[in-house]
Amino acid sequence: MITGAKVSVAIIAFGLLALLPFFLEAYGLGLMIGMLSYVALATAWSMFSGPTHYISLATVAFYGVGAYTVAVLNEGISFPVILLIAVLIGLVLSLAVGVATLRLAGVYFVIFSFGLAELVRQLITWYEVNVTGTLGRYIFLPLEPQDIYWLLLGAATLTLIIGWLVRRSRIGLALRVIGDDEVIAAHIGINLTRTKLLLFALSASLITLVGAIQAPRWVYIEPSIVFNPTVSFLTVIMALLGGPHRLFGPLFGVVPLFLLFEWLSANFPNHYSIILGALFIAIVFVLPNGVLEFLDRFRLRRAKT
Amino acid sequence: MNDKRHLLKKLARLAMTSAVALTFSGVVSTAVLASEKSVKIGYAVSKTGQNSAGAGITTAPNYVLWVEDINAAGGLQLPDGSRLPIEIIEYDDRSSSEEVVRAIERLATQDKVDFILPPWGTGFNLAIAPLMDRFGYPQLAVTAVTDKAPEFAERWKKSFWVLGGGGDYSESLADVLAEANKSGKINNKIAVISVADGFGIDLIKSARPAFKKHGFDVVYDKTYPLGTSDFNAMIAEAKASGADSFVAFSYPPGTFALTKQSQIASFNPKVLYLGVGVGFPVYPKIAEGKMEGVMSLGGVDVNSAAFTDYAKRHMEVTGNPPDYWASSVTYASLQMLQQAIERVGLNRDAVSKELSSGEFDTILGKVKLEDNQLRKLWWTGQWKNGNFVAVAPATREGAVSPVIPKPAWQE
Repeated sequence: MITGAKVSVAIIAFGLLALLPFFLEAYGLGLMIGMLSYVALATAWSMFSGPTHYISLATVAFYGVGAYTVAVLNEGISFPVILLIAVLIGLVLSLAVGVATLRLAGVYFVIFSFGLAELVRQLITWYEVNVTGTLGRYIFLPLEPQDIYWLLLGAATLTLIIGWLVRRSRIGLALRVIGDDEVIAAHIGINLTRTKLLLFALSASLITLVGAIQAPRWVYIEPSIVFNPTVSFLTVIMALLGGPHRLFGPLFGVVPLFLLFEWLSANFPNHYSIILGALFIAIVFVLPNGVLEFLDRFRLRRAKT
Repeated sequence: MNDKRHLLKKLARLAMTSAVALTFSGVVSTAVLASEKSVKIGYAVSKTGQNSAGAGITTAPNYVLWVEDINAAGGLQLPDGSRLPIEIIEYDDRSSSEEVVRAIERLATQDKVDFILPPWGTGFNLAIAPLMDRFGYPQLAVTAVTDKAPEFAERWKKSFWVLGGGGDYSESLADVLAEANKSGKINNKIAVISVADGFGIDLIKSARPAFKKHGFDVVYDKTYPLGTSDFNAMIAEAKASGADSFVAFSYPPGTFALTKQSQIASFNPKVLYLGVGVGFPVYPKIAEGKMEGVMSLGGVDVNSAAFTDYAKRHMEVTGNPPDYWASSVTYASLQMLQQAIERVGLNRDAVSKELSSGEFDTILGKVKLEDNQLRKLWWTGQWKNGNFVAVAPATREGAVSPVIPKPAWQE
């Protein structure tokens, strides 16, 4: 249930976050940019993968397409228009891909989605090598870190709002039914493919937008930089830690994990991978349903005793 | 829309001012701190992820060696003759552009280090260049091979580009081949393959016109995707093409595979030029000791006592020998920084100015930057008697004349 109090808390939080750049120095702002980007990514990812349980590793395919669009168009077109074009490209791409593959399920979908990122990367490489004859592209846009921060804050907020609207809509409910049991969903008259396709495309378009917003920070772009599979893995892990079937679940996964990664890479730069691996195992064993669920259960148990 | 942009800009400017103020106060407090006990030097390199192999061979070991060398000597010398030990702050950029950007922000504004050493790779050096410029740090970009270096040095006045551009390497190769062609050692046909990645594209793009200019006929020209491991078809086609010279602008895994598969196929062209990896310390093992005559980028002057001494210390301190291309350049760039500090102190503006105008005594000999770029480099090298020696530019002192045709694999 939505109450006035909740809305005002959300608005105040948004307002405070929007004012942050005035109080933070560059590093703090950089940290917030990284965090907001993953909040948007993990929330957008959960919009589709949460209810359907389709683990998608295609995040970076769309994220990279967004970044690449900016790299290609950054000369001559104003940034908001580029962002719009990026979202449209993401939308078209995800619809095309979705039509072909959303009939896959389980591990087949996981493998396909992982391959998609590689496919897109190779296609772009092939095109650049054989048609344009360049591979690295430069982005020289007059955007300051705080501009990127505000844009990402907007994107993250938009993602949360859309996520909230979807959860309350018929299509969100339909998607949850599909996730619980596809056969039943089909029997009660839900159009399986169309429902999945719509949500997949929505989620992918938002991911594309995040990639496009962040790209100006990197100045130089080539396929191996923007299609870094780590982005897909981190998104999944963060969303799973928080709990992908709740609106704010991913948020609670992103913040601690992101800060943890930062702390690890600063204090244990030589043992980062080992510690990270151990942590992932721990997360899967201790918190299989995410932090929020764990907290709820803990509270329930306390209430009972 | 316009109003909004205006507002955004205003807000941005306000934030910038406060950021500048913060940075400035940071500089002041660092200066005070530094005069007390140590010089803080920070860097972010890829310790994990796809770039970690390159960074682990060329960049990170040299940072370790340099700091070890300096601290063993009692610290970094300042103009007044006093010495301060170096305190290192290092981060892992996890081979991600976003991480490397944030690490630099952190080093500059949080840790308030005195100097920042560059990350590994062209892309990452470009990613941090605007930030280094904004925070006022000199950037000695070593592992960044780019033809746009003159443009970048113009854009970011405190950036220095010390490993040349793709065109330098491919044009030097074309010169070496033209010389051999003129003396009748090879025919005028070249077979060339290149990896479809930033580096390979850069080189092949400049190589095509350079070969043509010298009257060569490129009879075979193929691009292969990064990650290709089977080169048998390409080797067979190159063999059948009638070309005496085979050139591959490849990355390490491809370079190693090409070496192995050429040996197996008894493909022994008169000139065999392979890309990155030939100069790696591990290469003789990959070629099973039969690397004699293989050519590639870089090379060293093995008769230089400074290099031999450097290679020995590199081995002692890091446990591995240096590579034969960018390693010694990396170390030399650190010596430049060290000598600039020795002359003008810890003021970053003064150090930048000194770097672009001063002359430095390094393991590469005396070097002086031209328009913020190091041009005195070895462009082409060849394996000869167990060393990867420099063969071009042939006019430079220390160059060895190339062995063409290359001896057979079996010996």
